[in-house]
This record gives sequence, structure tokens and C-alpha cells, in this order.
Amino acid sequence: MTDATLAGPALAETVTRAFDRKQRLAFAIPAAILAYLVYAAISFDIAGLMARARFDNAAILLSDFWSHKTHVTRDNRTGNLTVAIEGEAKATYPEGRLPDWVTVADDVTTIDLGQGHIVTYDANGARYVVPGYGTIDIREEGGRPALTAPEPIPDWISVGDNRIGVTTDAGRFTYTRSKVETFRYQPGWELWFFTLDSPLYGKSFGELAALAVSVERLDPARSNLALIASEFWTNRMWRHGDVAWAIFETILMAFLGTMTAALVALPLSFLAARNFMAFGPLRFAARRVFDFVRGVDGLIWTIVLSRAFGPGPMTGAIAIALTDTGSFGKMFSEALENIDEKQVEGVRSTGANAVQRARFGVIPQIMPVFLAQVLYYLESNTRSATVIGAIVGGGIGLLLTQAIITQKDWEEVAYYMVLIVLMVMLMDSLSGWIRRKLIKGE
Amino acid sequence: MVDVAFGPEPGQRPNLANPREAYLDMVRRKRMYGGILLVIFVALMASGWMLADHRNAGGFWNGLHQVLDFPSEVLSEAWEKRANLPGIFWDHVPALIETVNIAAVATLVGALAAMGLSLLATRGLARWPRLIPIFRRTMDALRAIPEIVIALVLIYILGGGPVPAVIAIALHTGGALGKLFSEVAENADLKPVEGLASVGANWSQRMWLGVIPQVAPNWLSYALLRFEINVRASAILGFVGEGGIGHDLKIAMQWGQGRYDQVVAIFLLLFLTIVLIDRASDHYRHKLVKGH
Repeated sequence: MTDATLAGPALAETVTRAFDRKQRLAFAIPAAILAYLVYAAISFDIAGLMARARFDNAAILLSDFWSHKTHVTRDNRTGNLTVAIEGEAKATYPEGRLPDWVTVADDVTTIDLGQGHIVTYDANGARYVVPGYGTIDIREEGGRPALTAPEPIPDWISVGDNRIGVTTDAGRFTYTRSKVETFRYQPGWELWFFTLDSPLYGKSFGELAALAVSVERLDPARSNLALIASEFWTNRMWRHGDVAWAIFETILMAFLGTMTAALVALPLSFLAARNFMAFGPLRFAARRVFDFVRGVDGLIWTIVLSRAFGPGPMTGAIAIALTDTGSFGKMFSEALENIDEKQVEGVRSTGANAVQRARFGVIPQIMPVFLAQVLYYLESNTRSATVIGAIVGGGIGLLLTQAIITQKDWEEVAYYMVLIVLMVMLMDSLSGWIRRKLIKGE
Repeated sequence: MVDVAFGPEPGQRPNLANPREAYLDMVRRKRMYGGILLVIFVALMASGWMLADHRNAGGFWNGLHQVLDFPSEVLSEAWEKRANLPGIFWDHVPALIETVNIAAVATLVGALAAMGLSLLATRGLARWPRLIPIFRRTMDALRAIPEIVIALVLIYILGGGPVPAVIAIALHTGGALGKLFSEVAENADLKPVEGLASVGANWSQRMWLGVIPQVAPNWLSYALLRFEINVRASAILGFVGEGGIGHDLKIAMQWGQGRYDQVVAIFLLLFLTIVLIDRASDHYRHKLVKGH
């Protein structure tokens, strides 16, 4: 009782002080976070960024993700007409096999954009009929395009000195001195199965199935099924074969890198564990080696190694292996230091030598940690291999960065992104499944 | 019950009349499975390395003796110009700060998002239990997209600078930390939550006062580990995309001979920063989780 009364005021004071401190902290921490974010916003120049951001690029990107556009271009000097998907040479419709919404009669080209939007190219210029608005008529006068359209000119028609552009829901239309061009947007990824030059282009699934079982061969050298498979696999626009190979290469890099790192790190980690390596300097050296390879980041290893081995998947695999040897070594040696000595004692009592003690007394104990970490790294390295592939020039990372750098094949970017996400999710569930099987024995 | 007492199905049950036979039989079978797995694994590794070697521009054995050529070339040039190094260090400190800032902001924003996502995705704590699968799949998807994909797409839209990298890393961090946070939150004691509920606290008050104080040390520890990972990611993104010390490194590398002193300076700067952050995060994580 006396103690309590004596401690009373002091205790109350301590509690009050602690309470005050907590209260101050509760405000100080959010305030500090906010202050840091404000500082970061200023140093990252968010205001300037908003001004520089190009949301029209975002619109292009999004529309390319789910649709494709077909360019109908007439060269105003020669009068040549080309109809090409995404404007690519390898996806140009051959003459006489134009899509049914483009008709050519004499020198007049009529393009039906759907919803009543009709574009006509003729010898004098071009006309665009927009339902609910009227006819936009463009004629060549004195070497410059002249516009006749119902007044007032709305803001979706841009009129410049040498260029007239019209953007509607149905498509885009541009007229310049050298050429007149119409883009028609259609949903879906065009030519995903077969390109225009393939004999199989435009066939439905039913027709393909019928072809596959029919005896009559399109190509006398091969069966129809083989032809269908190879036409799809070597599709020149989407390059399915190359893409599948690139995905495989990325997974290969991750697999080789992770497994090699684990195999190298396992014996080395014994050197860095206090209970297995009594000789201090060697232990210290082993630990510093792990720290070093881990600290010299994967990026630096990748650069150094690609100078020696050249670009390719092996360079990436070695870079992953080196970095992860450090991480694995550190983790395994920590696991080794935490093992239960009793099992080792038991094995020793049967007269086992050092290797046998390690095999039967130690390895079974660290196996769960070992497997869990290796599988976790395998999954996370699949992602790293994408990035490393972009640097060393191998795998899906390279294809992706190339497609992004050209800044026009966004449908390919979308395709690769979907594939990468699927690949990572697949590796994620695969490693989770193996982990459950092996560790929990389910 | 039969299973528990005698093992699996009657036909496959070990013959108890002859335990020695049964034991040896089991060992043999285990060894065989182990051996088959080992052979498959070795075959996979060997053929994998051979294939990778074949696909590489330069072969392994040709390249092996060249591994040290580039570092020694770089180091010898840097050694000649060692007087420049302190000055170069100084020049690149702002870029280094930018790289660290990218990682820090991304970790902060990602961790804040992960806090919300993880609580919404944890059984027993979720605000809307029916939506748990949606939040979980969201986190899975965020984790699955590599940072570089988002960063490169955002560079196209937003132009260069650090912000695309921040957003890319933050999204990934949100997914990765969300999963770890939710695993921690699953083990939280629910009694404080019930107590708070009994005095009429709403969901955010229950989480803020009942759950967060319990999980804070573990969450902070994971966030620190993530910060360490994000510093590396931010350097790599700088190399592939734009901004920070990775970009400086790329420019110096592209210049090649004559700027190797810069390459070495940046390497060293990056190495020291990573080791320092690694050490600091290790230390504080120990403190947070084990309390000493």
C-alpha cells in the first residue's frame, strides 16, 4: 500500500508524459509523411509534368489496346492508292483484294466508315460526308487544299495552311498536298491469326477445321494442318513463334539463374555460419563475399557480364545467379545458425562424419526454408528476367522495349504485356503449388 | 480411422508381419523417386545452360577469360584519373538523391495503398467480406506486372522524369506489400477489435486503433525490406528508362572510353548506397521484430 501511494504521483506523471508523447507522435508522423511528399512533389516537378503530359498519347495507346486502324492512303502526286493495316508495308492489302468497305471505280475511291460516314477521293480532291453536319469538300486550288464546309467550322475540323484534318467517332481524315489519308478504327487485333499474304487469310474457324481434315492440299508439300500451324506460327505481323520463344527464354533465364545460385550458395553458406565455421577470418570473408555480390546490384553485373559474354539469355542467367548467390548465401547461413543442434548430435552419436552429419542432421532442417526461398525467388526472378532481358537483349523484355520504343505498335505492347502478366501469374501459382506439395506434403 | 491406424489403403499398407522388409521397401522407393527427380533436374540444368549458351551472342568459354577485361580496363582508366573521383561523386549526388527519393516515395505510397488493400482483403477484418476475392486478385495483378512495363508506357504518356518510375514502383509495391501485410494481419488478435466494436467504433477506428498497433512492427519491417528492393529497382528503371543515377550510368557507359572514371564513380556511389541502406534496414528490422 505504502509503495503504491509513494509511486502514485510519479506513476501518474510517467503515464501522462507517455500519453503526451504518443499524442504528439500521432500527429507528427502523418505530418512528416505529408511534408516529405510535398518536398518530393516539388523536387519531381509535378506541376511541370502535368503541363508536359500528353494525354492524346494515352488515347492512342488505349485505342490501340483493343482496336486496330486501317490506313487508306492516296498519294496525291501519283494517284496510287494503298490500303494497309496500321500503315505497315507487310500488312498492305494486295490490289484487287481490298476490304469490302473500300471501293475503287475509275479514279474515284469510296470509303465507307460506317454509321453513314462516307469519304470519297476523286481527281479534284476529296469529300467527307458527315451525317447530321454536311459535306466537307476539299479541292486542290493553286497547289493548296481549299475547304468548303457548312459554317461555322466546328472544332473537330482543323484547318491549317497546308493540312486539313477531320476527327470523328468513325475515323480520322487528313488532307495534305502530298497525300490524303483516312483511318478507320475497328475493334480487335487484326491479322492475329494469318497475315494478308497467307492463303488462309479471312477464313473462319469452321472453314479452317474443314480444311484441316480435307484431303485436298493447299500446299502440295505439306498437309493442311501443318500449313495452318506454320502459317500461324510464322505470322509476320505478330511473330507468334518468336514471342513464344522469347517467353521461354525469359523463364529459362530465371530458372537457370535461381537454381544455379541456390546450388552454389548452399555449400558456401556453411562457411558463413557461426556453428559450422569455427575459423573466424574465413567466416568473415565468406560473409563479405555474399554482401559484395548482393550489393553490386544485378544491374551492374548485367552490364559487366554482357561486355564479356555478349547479349543473350546466358548473360542474363549468370547475372541473376551472381546476385542471388549473395541473397541465398545470407539467408541460408542465417537458417543454418538457427538449426536445432540435437539432431546433429543424434547423427553424430551413430559415428557419422561431417558430410553425413550435414546430409542427415542439417539439410532436412533447413530444407523448408531452402525450398520456400528458392521457389519464391524463382517467381520473382521471372519478373527480373524481363527487365534484365531488356538490358542484355534476350527474352520478352527485349521484344517489349523494342515495341515501346517504336511508339506505334501499341497493340503488340498490349499483347506482350498480357503475356508477361500471364507468365508471372503462372510462375506464381506454379511455385505456390510446388511449395505446398513439398513443404506441407499436401 | 483405419487410415490413421494402419496407413493408406489395404493393398498399399506396409506389411507389418515383416517390418524390416517394409522399411527397406519404403527406403528403396524414396531413393528411386529422389534419384529420378535428381536426374530430371540435372538434365534440365545441363540442357538449359547449353541452350542459353547457344543462344548467346558470345559463348561461355570464349567469354570467360574476358570477364575481367572490361572491369580492369575501366578500373585502370579510373585509377589514372583518380583525382577526378571526388568531384564526380559530388556531381552525381543529386541524381543519387533522386533515385533514393523515387524509391522512398514509391515505397511510402505503395505501403499506404497496401495498408488499405490488405485490411480489405483479410478474412475477419474486411469491411466488405464479399469483396475479399476482388481485392486479392487486384493485389495479384499489381504484383504480376513488372515495373518496367508500366514505367515505359508511362514515359510515353507523361514524358521523362521520375514520376513514371514512382508510379510503376508504387503499383508493384502496393501489390507485393499488400500480400505480406495481409498475412500479418490475419494473425492479429481480434479481441481489441471486438472491444472497440462494443463501444461503437466504426470500421476505420477499429482498424486504426485495434489492428494497426498490433501489426505495425511487422509491417514496418516489411516496408523497410521493400524500400531496399525499391532502391535497386529505381536504379534499374533509370538505366532502362529515364531519371536518377541509372540514367547517368547509362550515359557514361554509352560514352565508353574516356568516361570510365564516371562509370566507376557511379558504380561506387550506387554500391555504397545499396550496402548502407541494406545495413540500416537490417538493423532496424531486427529492432522492430525482435525488440532489441
